[in-house]
Amino acid sequence: MNNLIDLEKKINSELGTKINTSEIKHHQIYLEIDSEDLIDVVLFVKTNKDTKFRQLIDITVVDYPERSKRFKIIYLFLSHEFNQRMILSYDITENEVISSLTSIFPSANWMEREVFDMYGVNFKDHPDLRRILTDYGFEGHPLRKDFPLTGLTEVRYNEDQKKVIREPVKLEQNYRNFDYESPWEGTKYIKELTNNNDEKN
Amino acid sequence: MTKKIKNLNLNFGPQHPAAHGVLRLILELDGEVVEKADPHIGLLHRGTEKLIENKTYMQAVPYFDRLDYVAPMNQEHAFALAIEKILDIDVPIRAQFIRVMFCEIGRILSHILNVTTQALDVGALTPSLWGFEERETLMTFYERASGSRLHANYFRAGGVHQDLPAGLETDIAKFCETFPKIINDLEKLLTDNRIFKQRNVDIGIVTKEDALDYSFSGVMIRGSGVPWDLRKSQPYDCYDQLEFKIPVGKNGDCYDRYLCRIEEMKESIKIIKQCLSKMEKGPIKTFDGKITPPSKKDIKQSMEALIHHFKLFTEGYRVPKDEIYTAVEAPKGEFGVYLISDGSSKPYKCKIRAPGFSHLQSMDYLIKGHMLADVPAVLGSLDIVFGEVDR
Repeated sequence: MNNLIDLEKKINSELGTKINTSEIKHHQIYLEIDSEDLIDVVLFVKTNKDTKFRQLIDITVVDYPERSKRFKIIYLFLSHEFNQRMILSYDITENEVISSLTSIFPSANWMEREVFDMYGVNFKDHPDLRRILTDYGFEGHPLRKDFPLTGLTEVRYNEDQKKVIREPVKLEQNYRNFDYESPWEGTKYIKELTNNNDEKN
Repeated sequence: MTKKIKNLNLNFGPQHPAAHGVLRLILELDGEVVEKADPHIGLLHRGTEKLIENKTYMQAVPYFDRLDYVAPMNQEHAFALAIEKILDIDVPIRAQFIRVMFCEIGRILSHILNVTTQALDVGALTPSLWGFEERETLMTFYERASGSRLHANYFRAGGVHQDLPAGLETDIAKFCETFPKIINDLEKLLTDNRIFKQRNVDIGIVTKEDALDYSFSGVMIRGSGVPWDLRKSQPYDCYDQLEFKIPVGKNGDCYDRYLCRIEEMKESIKIIKQCLSKMEKGPIKTFDGKITPPSKKDIKQSMEALIHHFKLFTEGYRVPKDEIYTAVEAPKGEFGVYLISDGSSKPYKCKIRAPGFSHLQSMDYLIKGHMLADVPAVLGSLDIVFGEVDR
């Protein structure tokens, strides 16, 4: 459907209880579902003649370490036919294993490998779940918020052992993260102030 | 007597001139026929997304230059647009034209590199020598506008960093007159060239369905006959005010993709010309003092400007809590930024969607059943740059 509002209604009426929340923002439709409904929802939006989200653009994760359901998994879809974008998301706990989309979208293969590599989220039924971007033999999941920016190990060539070895990172000066944040409220506070003044006048 | 035949495993790269960077490709060969290809990527992984999470919005811009380093400004564009949409600020029209013009220059930069190196991969040396001369001219335009040939750091949320220097517009106009001849020369060398056609026609065919399933975008999807270009379908900045055509391929093979790129360069020249003629004098970034740094002159005279300058370059500007996906039509396909802001001056999460990542993923599907010698041809037509694949 070319109209976003109609599209949202259609998805909500067809999928009913499987959609927890839906919202239209920035000309995109944001859906929240439960992790067990993923396959059903994706199959529906891919095949239904009114949605036709034929392309999986990307899969990513956001890490919220303070939440009990730590990871938010995000899928981005594109419908060429109706020129619409959809953002599908659900929350999972750290050790939850989620379904793989590789049987529906072959392109999910590497995207899920990247998610596994960067966040340590496990997929069931994935044909080839290996690390993809990090080095051979790398440990840890770099995009988690508790992974240090400087990393944990560094590599160098060791002349005695005649090979490249891994050592804990040693820095002459630690990475410094200055806190520049101040109670300065920025634009919003100025806007409110000027609005109030305008009303008074 | 039966003889046991074992498939040969061949390690292609990571240091191989036809791998277009640091690709390690494990090929399983049955004689000369490729049975399986397993690309190993990540040798150029620099943790861009992690670094961006620890930098202010303004400090994050240069990281985008280093993704697809043959067309740096196209990437910055996606990031700038994402911030602008969240902050809900308008970009002055002159800035929009400047940005679009430099994005098209970036497209030409990228396509020259790709077309000529693809020719080099299949045995033609001259096109790359001719093409790179033009790239050098284009990079001097980058340098004159931004100060550096490659890593421009030129686009800002709300406009561009500075106005074009005197004379640059006329020089770009001159280039637009001379460049079509160079494209013609390249075409004379390649388009009807028997060897080039033998190496590219009917190689690496992508069907429409598979182009969709494998998340292809850009030339990779248009070469297969899907008329899809974000500049037309979801216009950003001033693309809706410009006239240009979208070249579409027929067969989805390497040769069609080559033809698409050649045509796209011609269209880009048209867009640049239109930008130059429509561009009028005016502001080049938004006036909002909370986002745009004040001018040097103001800092000397106004206390407010001085405070703004200090705050912008220490804390940076804050972006309200929101999440957004913004995509632009980069030369290689759909380049997207999924930005999550949390109200502070640093992005909470910035996922970069690189077109090359999903293109390279399909290597196994594309190359299966082809000969070993076709590997560089297919790889060349995928238009891979490792800066963006590995991030």
